[in-house]
Formats: sequence, structure tokens, C-alpha cells
Amino acid sequence: MSEQLLKIENLKVRYGGIEAVRGISLDVRAGETVTLIGANGAGKSSTLRTVSGLVKPAEGRIIFGGEDITDKDPTYIVSKGLMMVPEGRRIFPNLTVLENLKVGAYLRKDDLDEDIEKVYEYFPRLKERSWQEGGTLSGGEQQMLAVGRALMGRPRLLMMDEPSLGLAPIVVQEIFRIIRQISESGTTVLLIEQNANMALHVADRAYVIENGMITTEGTGEELLKDEKVRAAYLGSTS
Amino acid sequence: MEYVISVLLSGISVGGQYALIAIGYTLVYGILRLINFAHGDVFMVAGLMGIYFTATMPYSVSIPLVIIITVVLGFVIERAAYKPLRNAPRMSVMISAIGVSYLLQNTATYITGGQPMTYPVIPFLAGTVNVAGTHTKWVVIITPFLVLALVVALNQLINHTKIGMAMRAVSKDFETSRLMGIKINSVISATFIIGSGLAAVGSVLFFTNYPAITPTAGAMPGLKAFVAAVFGGIGSIPGAVIGAFLIGICETIIKGLPSSWDVSVFSDAFTFALLIVILVFKPQGLFGEAATDKV
Repeated sequence: MSEQLLKIENLKVRYGGIEAVRGISLDVRAGETVTLIGANGAGKSSTLRTVSGLVKPAEGRIIFGGEDITDKDPTYIVSKGLMMVPEGRRIFPNLTVLENLKVGAYLRKDDLDEDIEKVYEYFPRLKERSWQEGGTLSGGEQQMLAVGRALMGRPRLLMMDEPSLGLAPIVVQEIFRIIRQISESGTTVLLIEQNANMALHVADRAYVIENGMITTEGTGEELLKDEKVRAAYLGSTS
Repeated sequence: MEYVISVLLSGISVGGQYALIAIGYTLVYGILRLINFAHGDVFMVAGLMGIYFTATMPYSVSIPLVIIITVVLGFVIERAAYKPLRNAPRMSVMISAIGVSYLLQNTATYITGGQPMTYPVIPFLAGTVNVAGTHTKWVVIITPFLVLALVVALNQLINHTKIGMAMRAVSKDFETSRLMGIKINSVISATFIIGSGLAAVGSVLFFTNYPAITPTAGAMPGLKAFVAAVFGGIGSIPGAVIGAFLIGICETIIKGLPSSWDVSVFSDAFTFALLIVILVFKPQGLFGEAATDKV
């Protein structure tokens, strides 16, 4: 069994009086692709935002690469190799495609050419649009750019918050094909999705989150066969 | 004809000086969505420092020192008065800026005793030169070229350096910038440093043409530079520069109209009337982007 890269212990997140995350524990091992599925408002995004340092937890611990990062700021967490593809893509519309990629490598001081080439190999369409401003891209292209931007940070753990949101089915398929490639190339991935069917197909392991708590966990295949998961998230009762 | 040339020359020069102040307003607005009301007073403080420092030191030391200390002042103001309010409503930060503005004015009154202070005659700026048949000060000739050089340099910084890229990223999205590892506070400090430095250069040029500095001497040029920034489209650097030149030229032309017309006293009113007209027809200013609030 490979080393544990990310470990979340009894995480609780509150906004005002509302408890969005109510004691989540999960772990991601190096090289794995883990997915967190659940409905809107289940606490998926809050969990991810807390790991990235944007939100401070009320309770619990987050261990990344053996180090407690619970109260660290996002810059420090990024410097440890944790990159996020935020919900809604959030590319910089006033920066060119190339600059968006470079911004993803903001803390790196070494040569970026090789990594830029690699991202362009994953997403040839970005290469064609290299000098275009990010805001002029289509939704699918922006999602590709958001993923490419995160890869530029050479992440040890790549976290993605609903990469399929608002995209046409054919584009969703392409994004998931790339996620599979990224994961096969050795990058550890933590994926949050409402599109449970796609997510469970690419994931080694999966957690189901409901009302801020983890209710089910298992391998992607197990959960695809799980009656309750099928009924609740895969729209099938057979 | 010579009169027209001299009016135009001085208009361009005043415009250039406003431009150096206006950039500070527009840069800070672009990143923080804050109208930094203290900016005009920072400009006034730079002017006063110019008086005190040149009295005891040679120009080659005192003028760079004025710029350096003004930069430090801008940095300290941001850290002390604005940074603690980063998550507060924008209105609170604006009130804090008004507070800093009065603090600087009152401190200036305390130090100078409220007396108008005479700005030194800096030889290479205040000396006269003959251009197209009219006598004018060197500063009038130097200003537009210096402004142009500084604007080109600033443009390079913003479009072709890493910190410039970070400034553009932060101006659109704080949160995502943090997720890329950008230190927001360093970027904000950088904008205050640049803005204050340019205002300090502007103060040397501006006050060379004006005999005296009072504690409120920063208010009017500051306000006009702000108008220029809004006129050009606040947040846009080229907009601020072009707006400042237009306002400087218009204002000087009105001041230069024949005295029998008796309109020169209305030159300030005209400046603000111009702003109102522009805002009615083009609410986002000449080069401003359509109003989208920050997410």
C-alpha cells in the first residue's frame, strides 16, 4: 500500500451558525484517484476549500504529506504541491491563455517550457489559442485551461471542484478522458462531482457525502453497484 | 500665436502632472475597488518633504529621498489603515481613507504652523527656455517626456513581468489568485508603492510651477487627478493618462481665455461639469470596462 498523501480527520466547517461539514474523515494515498460525490450543498466544496486553506475549519485536522496544514494560508499550501481547479473554472479572463498557465506556476522559479508543452499536448486547442485572452474561450476550453493551469504547479495532489459543471455532455467526456490520463501519468487526484456516473468510472476509491457527513465509501466499482448509490445518484432503481 | 502655444504647452504640462497622480488612483482602484482619498495628501506631503529636504541637502540626494520616503508612506498607510479592513465592507475602507487624508493634512498644519511654504527653485526645472518664441520653464518641456517614459515603463512592468501578471490576476479575482500561490498583500503593497512613487515625482514637477504649499494643497490636484481617472475609465492606466492630459489642457485653455470674458474663475467648475457630462453619456469612462462587480 502506497503512502498516505492527504488525511482529513474529523473535519467540521461552520459558516455563522450553519454547520456545512459535520465531521468528515477521509484519506487519499499517493497515486490514487479519489472522488467525493454528493448532492448540492452536501459539503463537498466546503471540504475542498478548507483543504486549500481558503476556509478555516471549526474543528479537525488536515495532514498533507505528513505535515499538519490545518491553519496554513493558501500560499503555503500551494507551495507544498496542492493545486486546485476551482468550481466554475475561475480562469483569469484578462490574461492570455499562456499567462493563465504561467500564473499556475507562480511559485516555481525553474523553466516552464516543458510543462507548457505538456499541457498543450493534453489540450491542443489551448495551444491554438495561446495568445487569446482567457475570457474569450468557450466554457469547455476554459475548463481545460483551469485544469492546465493547475497542472503547471506540478501538483502532488490535484483537487478538482466539479469540473463537469455547466458543460455539454461531449465536453464532459473529453474532460474526464483527460482526468484519466492525468491520473495514469501518476498525479494524485481528488475529484468532487455531482456527475456520479462519470466520477465513479475514473475513481479508484470514492466517498459519498450527505448533509456534511460521509455515509458510504468503497472502490469506484463497488459504489457503481451499490443499490443506494444507484438510486440516489445514478438515477436508476434496477 | 505665441500665446496659444504657451497655453497649450502649459496645459500639456499640467495634464502630465495630473496623470502621475491619476495613475495612483486608478491602480489602487483596479485592485482594491477603493478610492484612495488620501492619495492627494500623500502628494502634498511629498511636496512639503521637497521643501524641507532641499533646504539641507543637495538636489541629487534630496529628490530621490523625497521619492523613497513617499513610497514608504504609501506602503505604511496601506498596511496600517486599509489592510486591517480587508474583509470589511468597501465603505469602511473608504472612510478610513478619508481619515488618513485628514491625518496627513492636520500633521502638515502642525509641522508648518499652517503657513504657506515656498517651494524651492530647482535650477534644471525652474530655469527658463525659449520655445517657438515663448519663454517657458524647463519643467513644462520636461514633464510630458518624463510622464511618457514613466507610463511606458509602467506598461512594461504590468504587461511583461511576473509581478505585473500577478497584479492583473489579483485585479480580477482575489480568491483564485491565492489558490495560485500569489500573496495578495504583497501585490496590493506593490500598487501603493508604484502609485506613491509616481505621485512624488508629480509633486516635484507640479510644485515647481506653484509658489506655495499649504496643508490642503493636495486636495485640488488630487481631486482633478481623480476626475481624470474616472473620465478615462477608472482602473485603466491609459484612460487615466489620456483623461489627465485632456483635463489639464481644457483647464489651461479656460484659464487662458481673454480676461474681458471673465470665465477663468470657472475653470474648476468646468472640470467637474465635464466629468458629469462624461458620466451621463459614458458611465464607464473613455476606456473603462462595462460595470461588472467583483465576484
